[in-house]
Amino acid sequence: MHRFLVKLSSSSNQFRSSKNHRLILPLLPSSKPFTSSSSVSSSPPRHSNRSGYPYLVELFQKISPLSSNSRTLGVNGRSISSEAGRESIEYDVLIVGAGPAGLSAAIRLKQLSQEKNIDLSVCVVEKGAEVGGHIISGNVFEPVALDELLPHWRQEHTPIEIPASSDKFWFLTKDRAISLPSPFDNKGNYVISLSQLVRWLGGKAEELGTEIYPGFSASEVLYDASDKVVGIATKDMGISKDGSKKENFQPGVDIKGRVTLFAEGCRGSLSERIIKKYKLREEVNAQHQTYALGIKEVWEIDESKHNPGEVVHTLGWPLDPKTYGGSFLYHMNDRQVALGLVVALNYHNPFLNPYEEFQKLKPHPAIKRILEGGTVLQYGARTLNEGGFQSIPYPVFPGGAIIGCSAGFLNVPKIKGTHTAMKSGMLAAEAAFGVLHEGINMNTYWDNLKDSWVWKELYAARNYRPAFEYGLLPGLAVSAMEHYVLKGKVPFTLKHGKADHEATNLARKCTPIEYPKPDGVLSFDVPTSLYRSNTNHDHDQPSHLRLRDPKIPEKVNFPEYAAPESRYCPARVYEYVEDEEGKPKLQINAQNCLHCKACDIKDPKQNIEWTVPEGGGGPAYSLM
Amino acid sequence: MKILVAVKRVVDYAVKIRVKPDKTGVDTQNVKMSMNPFCEIALEEALRIKEAGFAKEVVAVSIGPSQCVDTLRTGLAMGADRGIHVETNTSFLPLTIAKILKSLAEVENPGLIFLGKQAIDDDCNQTGQMVAALLGWPQATFASKVVLDKDKHIATVDREVDGGLETLCVDLPAVITTDLRLNQPRYASLPNIMKAKSKPIKKMTVQDLKVDVKSDIEILEVTEPPKRKSGVMVSSVDELIEKLRNEAHVV
Repeated sequence: MHRFLVKLSSSSNQFRSSKNHRLILPLLPSSKPFTSSSSVSSSPPRHSNRSGYPYLVELFQKISPLSSNSRTLGVNGRSISSEAGRESIEYDVLIVGAGPAGLSAAIRLKQLSQEKNIDLSVCVVEKGAEVGGHIISGNVFEPVALDELLPHWRQEHTPIEIPASSDKFWFLTKDRAISLPSPFDNKGNYVISLSQLVRWLGGKAEELGTEIYPGFSASEVLYDASDKVVGIATKDMGISKDGSKKENFQPGVDIKGRVTLFAEGCRGSLSERIIKKYKLREEVNAQHQTYALGIKEVWEIDESKHNPGEVVHTLGWPLDPKTYGGSFLYHMNDRQVALGLVVALNYHNPFLNPYEEFQKLKPHPAIKRILEGGTVLQYGARTLNEGGFQSIPYPVFPGGAIIGCSAGFLNVPKIKGTHTAMKSGMLAAEAAFGVLHEGINMNTYWDNLKDSWVWKELYAARNYRPAFEYGLLPGLAVSAMEHYVLKGKVPFTLKHGKADHEATNLARKCTPIEYPKPDGVLSFDVPTSLYRSNTNHDHDQPSHLRLRDPKIPEKVNFPEYAAPESRYCPARVYEYVEDEEGKPKLQINAQNCLHCKACDIKDPKQNIEWTVPEGGGGPAYSLM
Repeated sequence: MKILVAVKRVVDYAVKIRVKPDKTGVDTQNVKMSMNPFCEIALEEALRIKEAGFAKEVVAVSIGPSQCVDTLRTGLAMGADRGIHVETNTSFLPLTIAKILKSLAEVENPGLIFLGKQAIDDDCNQTGQMVAALLGWPQATFASKVVLDKDKHIATVDREVDGGLETLCVDLPAVITTDLRLNQPRYASLPNIMKAKSKPIKKMTVQDLKVDVKSDIEILEVTEPPKRKSGVMVSSVDELIEKLRNEAHVV
C-alpha cells in the first residue's frame, strides 16, 4: 500500500542552515503524541503476556553537540499522510539499515557536512534491537574502504585487531583434507567480528551527529504524488496475532528523507520492492541475483588449538559436486574461531538441508580436532549475494539509491562484500550530498561506482561463479585460469543459470538425504542452535512471513517438493504438522526467524514474502 | 506527588548467557543488556498513575556503570520526566541498593517508590522490601493491581501470593514492587525517544548520598547448574524403590 503524500511546498532552503531549525516539537507536559487520535494511554488495561520491547543502542549515550542543531523536524510535527494518527519526521538523508554500507554512508555524509560547513540531518533506522545485532559475516576484512573513510582507525582502539596470518585451502573428502594452493591472498586483511566492527562504526557515526534509531523496522516505502520515494514508514507496534490493537499499541511513524538510501543487506525487503517497482534490473540488462545461505557458529576453543589470524577455506565434503559451496574457519581473538558453511541456493535436490550439512561438516577430522573441547558461543545464519557483476541492478531511483548488499556488490571469489558495501555507501553519500547542495543528479552515484575500484574488482571477478554452472571441476578449472592467467580480461561474460527458486527439482526425481542425529557435542539440533542466536520476537504479533497464496504450501510445496522450506530454513520456522484430518498443514513459527531471507529466495513458487516483524525482534548477534 | 522508580540494567531476557571461565560471575561482555522486565512494568505503572492525574512527576533512577544512562534514556523515552544515575562500577547487592534508594528518597521525598519485584539476573526479590524497612514505610509487594485514593492518601494493592490474591491497603508514602500481570509496558515511540534526549539525567555518586557500601556478603563462586542427566527406565516397582532408596536417597 502506498501513501500518497502532498508534496511539501518548501524549497530546499528550509533545510540549509542550522540556525533556522531547532527542535520544533511541542513539548507537551503529558506524553500524548501530538496527533489527532491519541493511542497509547487511553485504552483500558487488559491482561496479556509481556511483550518484547525495542531497546536503545549501547552507544546511544554518545550524543554529540551537533545532533540537536542539525536535525530538521516536520514543522509542527503535523501528520501529512492520509491515515490519522501517524506522525511524520523529516531529515535531509534517511538511511534504512545500520550495517557497513548504511553507516559508511552516514559517516561520509557527516564528514562532508563538516568539511563544507553545511548542515545535514542524517537518520539511520535499524530493525535490530541494537546496532550490530543483526550483523553476521565470516569475516576476513579488507580495510581498503575503511582506510578511505576513517584513515586514522589504525591509531585508534578498534575491533580490528587480528591480522590474517595464513591462507589455507583444503579439499575435503569424507575423512581427509587435501591441501591445495590457496586462491585467496589475505595479506593485509584482518579476521574480525563484523558485528563488533559495525557497533564501532555506529559509535563513530553518532559521534559525528548521525541519529541512529535501532528497534524500528521500516515496513513500507512512502511515495509522493509523482511516485518518487520520500521516505519510509516504521511498522506499527502492539498489534495482536488476530490483527487487533493491544493495550500497548503504538502506531509507526513516517520518516521522510529528501534522499533515502536503502542499506538493508542481502535481499532487503523494501529494496526488493523498489527494484521491482522501478524495474532497476531491466534498466541495465542485469541478470537476476543469485544467492547462497551461510550458516555460522562462533566457538571458544582450547588455547593450544587456537592460532589467531589463521584463515582456512574448504571445498568438497560435505557438499556433493553439484552443489556449490564451501566452509570457512577463521581464528579470531579471545580463543574464538568463526566456523561456517556457505551453500549456494541454486541447489537441485529439495531434500538438501544446509543446516544439517553444516552439522555434517563439524565431525570431519580436520575440523573436529580444532573444535574438540570447545564450546559454541553463538549461532546464526544469513543469505549472501553470489550474482556479482552480472546481477547489479541500476541502484538509483527517484528519491534515492540502494547501497551495499541490497544492490549486491559482494566479490564472490574473494567471498568479501564488506569493503565494497562500505565504498558503495560512501559513493552514494557523496552523490546525495551533491543532490542536496549542488543540484546534481543522483545518477552520479552510478557513474562514480563505475569509475571506482568496486567496479574494476567486480568486473575482474565476474566469471568465477557462473563457471560452476558447468560442474565442480570445470568451475575449478576456470577459477584457476582466471586467478593465475586471465584475471577477468576476457571478452565474454558468463551468464548465471536458473534463478535459485527455479533450480529446485521435483522431489520425486531426487533422492532423499539421510542426515545423522546430532551428538550434542559437535553437532546440535536446531532448537539448541537457535537458542544460541539469542533470537526472539514478541509472540503475539501477526506472522511477518506472508504467503501470497495460503494454499500453495499444501498444494505444491509439500507434495511436489517435499516441503523444502522445512529443510532450508536454519531456524525451523516452517514445519508441517498434521491437522484434525491427518493432512499436512504448514505451521509458521515466526518467532524463531533469524531474518536470513532464505525462504524469500528459495521458495519454488516465490510464495513466501519476508516482511519486517516488529522492530527489536530477531537475533542478537554480538560475536558474529 | 512524585513517584520514584528504580530501574536496573540487566542481561536481556532472551540472551543466552554463560559463566565466565574463572567462575567469578556471568560473562556480560558483548552481551545485550536491557531494562529489567519487572522494572519496565514498575515504570509503566508509575506513568499510568501520573497520566491519571495522581502524580506530578515520575523520576527514574538507576545504579550502576555509565551504560545505565541508556537504560534511563529508555525510561525517559517511555515517559519519565527526569533520571538520576548513581554511577558506580561495583555490582552492589540488594541491601546496598536499598540504602542508596533510602538516601535518594530522603532527598526527593516521593509519595511512592515503585520497583520491579526482582531482577532477572540475580532473582533476589529483596530490594523493595529492604527499602521499605529502612524508610519505615509500608510495602506492598508482587502487585498485580494498584488503585490510588488521593484524598485518603492510600493505595489499595492486589498482591499475587502463593495462595492466590491478597488485597492490602497501604498508607502513602509506600513502596510497591510489581509483578508480571500488573500491566503491559508501552513501547517507546520514535518521537518520544527523540524528546528523551533532552530530558535531564542527574549524575550522583554513593559519596554524594553518604551511603556506606561495605557489604557483608561476598560471592565466592558462580558455576553453571549441573547438566541434566537423562532419565532411566525402570523395569519394576521394586527396582524403582531400590533406586529411590539407594541412588537418589529420598526414601
